[in-house]
Amino acid sequence: MQSAYGGRRTSMNIVVLVKQVPDTWAERKLKADDKTLDRASVDVVMNEIDEYAVEEALKLKEAAGGEASVTILTMGPDRAVETIRKALSMGADKAVHLSDEALAGSDAIQTSYAIAKVLDTLEYDLVICGSEATDSRMSVMAALLAERTGKPQLSGARKVTVDGGNVKIERQTDNGYDVVEAPLPAILSVVEKINEPRYPSFKGIMAAKSKPLTTLTTADAGIEADKVGLANAPSQVVEFSNKPPRQAGQIVKDEGDGGAKVADFLASQKII
Amino acid sequence: MPPVVRSLPSAEAEALLELARDLAEQELAPRAAEMESRSEFPREVFRTLGKAGLLGLAYGEEHGGGGQPYEVYLQVLEELSRAWLAVGLGTSVHTLSCYPLAAFGSQEQKDRWLPDMLGGELLGAYCLSEADSGSDAAALKTKATKEGDDWVVNGAKAWVTHGGQADFYNLMVRTGGEGAKGISCLLAAKDTPGLNPQAPERKMGMKSSHTATIQLDGARISGNRLLGDEGQGFRIAMSALDGGRLGISACAVGVAQAALDTAVSYAKQRKQFGQRIADFQGLSFMLADMATQVEAARALYLSAARLRDRGKPFGPQAAMSKLFCTDTAMRVTTDAVQVLGGYGYVEDFPAERYLREAKILQIVEGTNQVQRIVVGRSLTGS
Ligand SMILES: Cc1cc2nc3c(=O)[nH]c(=O)nc-3n(C[C@H](O)[C@H](O)[C@H](O)COP(=O)(O)OP(=O)(O)OC[C@H]3O[C@@H](n4cnc5c(N)ncnc54)[C@H](O)[C@@H]3O)c2cc1C
Repeated sequence: MQSAYGGRRTSMNIVVLVKQVPDTWAERKLKADDKTLDRASVDVVMNEIDEYAVEEALKLKEAAGGEASVTILTMGPDRAVETIRKALSMGADKAVHLSDEALAGSDAIQTSYAIAKVLDTLEYDLVICGSEATDSRMSVMAALLAERTGKPQLSGARKVTVDGGNVKIERQTDNGYDVVEAPLPAILSVVEKINEPRYPSFKGIMAAKSKPLTTLTTADAGIEADKVGLANAPSQVVEFSNKPPRQAGQIVKDEGDGGAKVADFLASQKII
Repeated sequence: MPPVVRSLPSAEAEALLELARDLAEQELAPRAAEMESRSEFPREVFRTLGKAGLLGLAYGEEHGGGGQPYEVYLQVLEELSRAWLAVGLGTSVHTLSCYPLAAFGSQEQKDRWLPDMLGGELLGAYCLSEADSGSDAAALKTKATKEGDDWVVNGAKAWVTHGGQADFYNLMVRTGGEGAKGISCLLAAKDTPGLNPQAPERKMGMKSSHTATIQLDGARISGNRLLGDEGQGFRIAMSALDGGRLGISACAVGVAQAALDTAVSYAKQRKQFGQRIADFQGLSFMLADMATQVEAARALYLSAARLRDRGKPFGPQAAMSKLFCTDTAMRVTTDAVQVLGGYGYVEDFPAERYLREAKILQIVEGTNQVQRIVVGRSLTGS
C-alpha cells in the first residue's frame, strides 16, 4: 500500500503533533490590535512536551526493530520549519507542514478541525501529542482529535507499549496511574514523566536537511477557509490586561515574634 | 549569557554550534562547579557528547567522523570550554589522541580501530611526557623491546590526561637509540596487562579532568599496534601537537570568554558610590580591554585553523596562537577576579575557578616558553 506522501507502507505509522511556541522563558505578550499572541517578536522553540512525544515515537520505532515510520505534523507559520527540522534531526523520518495565512489566529477547536483534515490524508496507526502547549495551555488537542476522527483517546501517558493491534498506556493520576488500553489506530498524549528526550546528533542535523518535508495549504488539505482563522473563531479573546508589575516585598522585622508574623502573613495570603 | 558573534562557513556549522551551545548550557554548565569541587570525572557527559557526534568532528566521514574543518571544530571546543574546561580540554585531548592512527595508521589499522575511536563511546589519551622529560620530550626513557611479534613496554608516562579513564592510550616509547629518532608510537588498549594507571594528581584547577601516571610493567602490545614506522614516533607526536595546540587555543578563548561574561554581568549589577561599577570609566576600560583581547585571540586561532584547513603549513602559527590565546586567558581571568573584587576571590562565584583553569593552559602541550622556541626557530632557524 502507498501512503499519501510516498514511501512504502511500513508496519506502523506514527504521526507526532509538534507545535512551535514562544520560548517559555521569554516574556510573552498579546498584540494590542487583534489580541492574539505576538509570535513575531520572540524567540521560538519546540513546545517542550512535544519533544517527549517525538522521543516516545522514536522509542516505539526502535522497539519495533525500525519497522515503523515517524511523521511530524505541524500547523504554523513558515518559521515553524525550524522546529520541524529539529524533530527530524532527532530522528523522525518525514514531516508535513500545514501553513496558510488563512489559519492565523485559529483557536483550539479550529486547529483540531484543520489537523484532523490533514490526518485524513495520512496513513496512521498512532497519533502522539504532548499533553499541553506552553503558550495556550488548553490541554484539549488529543480529546478534540479523538472526537473528530472517531478514534480512541489515551491521554496523559507516562508509559506506552504497542503490542500487535493494541496500545496500552499508564495514565498518570494524582495518586498513581491507571492502565488504559485501546485498539489501533488511536490518539495518545504524553506527560513529561514518560522519557528523557534525546539531543539531536550532528549527523542527524545533517540528515534532516534531505528528509521529505511536505508543505500543505488549506486548499491542499481540503480545509474550508471560512471554518478557520481569527475572524471565524468560535472563541475570541475579548479583553486582556497585563500582569501587574511586581510590588515591593514586605519586610518582617523579628522582634522575638518573627515566626508569628510570618505565619500571619502566610495565613493572610491563604497559603496556610 | 549572550551568544558569541561568529562568522561560520556554512548553515551546517551554524546548526552544529547551536547544538554545542545547547549541550554546554544544559549538560555542562549546571554540573561544572559541583563536580569540580569533588574532582569527579564526568564520564556520562562525554557519552552524551559522543552520542551527539562531538567526539569525532575533525575527522573524515569515511570512518565515522563529522568531516568538519578545524575552523568549525575549534569553535565547538570553545563553547564547551566556556561552560567547563575539563570537558572542552578532554574533547581536545581525545581528538589529539585519534590523530596518530588517523594520520599515520595503515588502512587496515584505521578500518579496525578508528570507527570505534571516533564513534563517541571511547575516550583516548596521549602519553608523551615523563617525570624527567617534559619540555625536552625527546629525552623520554620508557622502553619497548621486541619479543616475537610483540612489543614489551617498561617505564612510566607522566601527566596523562584521562589517565585511568581512557579506553586507549597512545604511548610514545623508545624502541631505538637516544634522541628523537629512537622513538615509536604504540596504540594500547586500556585492558592491556601491565598497563597500570596510578592515582590521579591533586591539582590546582580543572580537577574534574583526571591526570595520572601510567605505569608500564612489562605491558605486552601486539606488533600490529605500532602506528607509522619504527622511529617515526617523535614526528607523529609533534605533528599531533600542532593540531592539539589549536585545540588548547580554543579552550583558552572559551575560558577567557566565560570570565569576561561573568565580569560584565557583575559590573552591571554591582553598585558602589551610588552607581553601577560598570559606569566608572576606569572599570569599563578594563572590560573593554578584556573583550578586545578575547576577540583578538579568537581571530588568531581561527586564522591558524584556516591555514590548516587549506592544507598549508601552520606549525608556527599554531604555536603563536597557543601562546597568545593562553596568555590572554590568564590576563583576562585575572582581571575578571579584579572586577568582582572580594567576590572574585571566593568559590561562590566562578571567577576564581576560571583563573585556576587558565593557568594550566600556559603549561600543557608545550609550555609558553616552548611555543616561543618554536616561533623563534621559524623566524631564524635553529
Ligand atoms: C594537568 C596536566 C595535564 C597534562 N596532560 C598531558 C598529557 O595528556 N600528555 C602528556 O604527554 N603530557 C601532559 N602533561 C604534561 C605537560 O605537557 C608538561 O607538564 C609540560 O610539557 C611541561 O613539562 P614539565 O612539567 O616537565 O616542565 P619542564 O619541562 O621541567 O619545565 C619547567 C620550566 O622550564 C621552562 N623551560 C624548559 N625548557 C626550556 C627552554 N629550553 N627554554 C626556556 N624555558 C624552558 C618551562 O617553560 C617551564 O617554565 C600534562 C600536564 C598537566 C599539568
